[in-house]
Amino acid sequence: MIWQQLQSLAGSYPLALRGLGMTVVLSLISLVLGTLIGFGLGILRTGGNRLISGVIGAWVDLIRGTPFLVQIFLIFFILPELGIELDAFSAGIIALTNLAACFICEIVVAGIRSVPTGQVEAALASGLSRWQRMRQVVLPQAMRIVLPPLVGQYVLLIKDSSVVSAIGLTDLTRVGWLVVQRVPNGLLVFFLIGLGYFIVCYPLILLARRLEQRIGAAHGEVQI
Amino acid sequence: MLENFSFRTIVEYLPLFGQGLVTTVWLSVLAFAGALAVGIVLAAMNQQRGRLFRIPAKAYIDAVRATPLLAQLYFLYFGLPRLGIILPELVVGILALSLNSGAYVAEIIRAGILSIPHGQVEAGVASGMTYVQRMRLVILPQAFKVTIPPLLGQAIVLVKDSALLSLIAVAELTRAGQLLASDRFMPAEGFITIAAFYLLLYYGLKGLAALSGRWLGLAGAQT
Repeated sequence: MIWQQLQSLAGSYPLALRGLGMTVVLSLISLVLGTLIGFGLGILRTGGNRLISGVIGAWVDLIRGTPFLVQIFLIFFILPELGIELDAFSAGIIALTNLAACFICEIVVAGIRSVPTGQVEAALASGLSRWQRMRQVVLPQAMRIVLPPLVGQYVLLIKDSSVVSAIGLTDLTRVGWLVVQRVPNGLLVFFLIGLGYFIVCYPLILLARRLEQRIGAAHGEVQI
Repeated sequence: MLENFSFRTIVEYLPLFGQGLVTTVWLSVLAFAGALAVGIVLAAMNQQRGRLFRIPAKAYIDAVRATPLLAQLYFLYFGLPRLGIILPELVVGILALSLNSGAYVAEIIRAGILSIPHGQVEAGVASGMTYVQRMRLVILPQAFKVTIPPLLGQAIVLVKDSALLSLIAVAELTRAGQLLASDRFMPAEGFITIAAFYLLLYYGLKGLAALSGRWLGLAGAQT
């Protein structure tokens, strides 16, 4: 019986590859877009304009305060009512990008605030423009703080992409759900699905840990 | 636009939303208690010198952190019956949330213990305290304080994650929204309402986290 199941699973191998491809494509697109938008939002939020930073802060709170599943449903079912036609793929990309941007915005804000004000004042005194101050003085120093949680956020993003299976996108998790209907061995099927995610996510987790340790070492903390 | 937005339907369905909210709250409370138990056991295993305990604990934590909760939920939901364990969906859901959050709780506790300066441990050793005494009298009381705000942060994550249980037909808050969306074809009413309820829970827990931070005298406590 196990033998038959394994044979049946081997037959699902192209489907699994497609699912993994979908997961990687979804994560990669929203990761790149989310990082760009997140940095933009973070810089705007620390820019000193109260109205802009208030609006961004409220939006980030809305997104952080609601489950991602609910956000996907809202985007997938409500945007069409507003006259914006969406397929499941675009809805997934929009939802994931928005989520990533909001969390990355928070990370960037924390990074920028960690840069001592003396640095900004020194740059100001040197006659650097606002853009130059950000690009040449603040961001390079903020990156040290930003990098480890940023990589951690990418792991969360890849994992969260599994939730888009709820609107019918055939990603890795959805493949597991489809296969388990034919091969009734949930332990084996979802062990393999989990393995697929593990292979993608674990190196990133190790990278985040490494970056964190490097910062700890730079601060002269002792690793116990 | 949403000119047909029907508040009347929302009011009509309020009892359903109320039940869903109550279910979400108490299942989250149970799951969080479970997560604390799992986390404490894992953290204790992780503190041991012997590899016999440390390696399984580390492997478990890494496996949970590197895979999505939804896949873990399906693993239990489709996998447990295979082992002859038939449980109601709600129990499977609480179990999945506990096992998942437990790994993160273990990491929070570990960070809390690591935050205690090593001199404290050495002082304990010099005073002739045993391992258990050092843990109980010196390290844990101090570590406890540091872990409260991130634990509340994890509680927030858990409440939001519990929405996934709607996908295995647990009658919680998100399920209530789905029912309204499919019964009356009113996704806007259904999902905006539950989003509002989740925000309520979010701000409640966030307020609690800020309060606990101030109460414990931690500067810049954030979740």
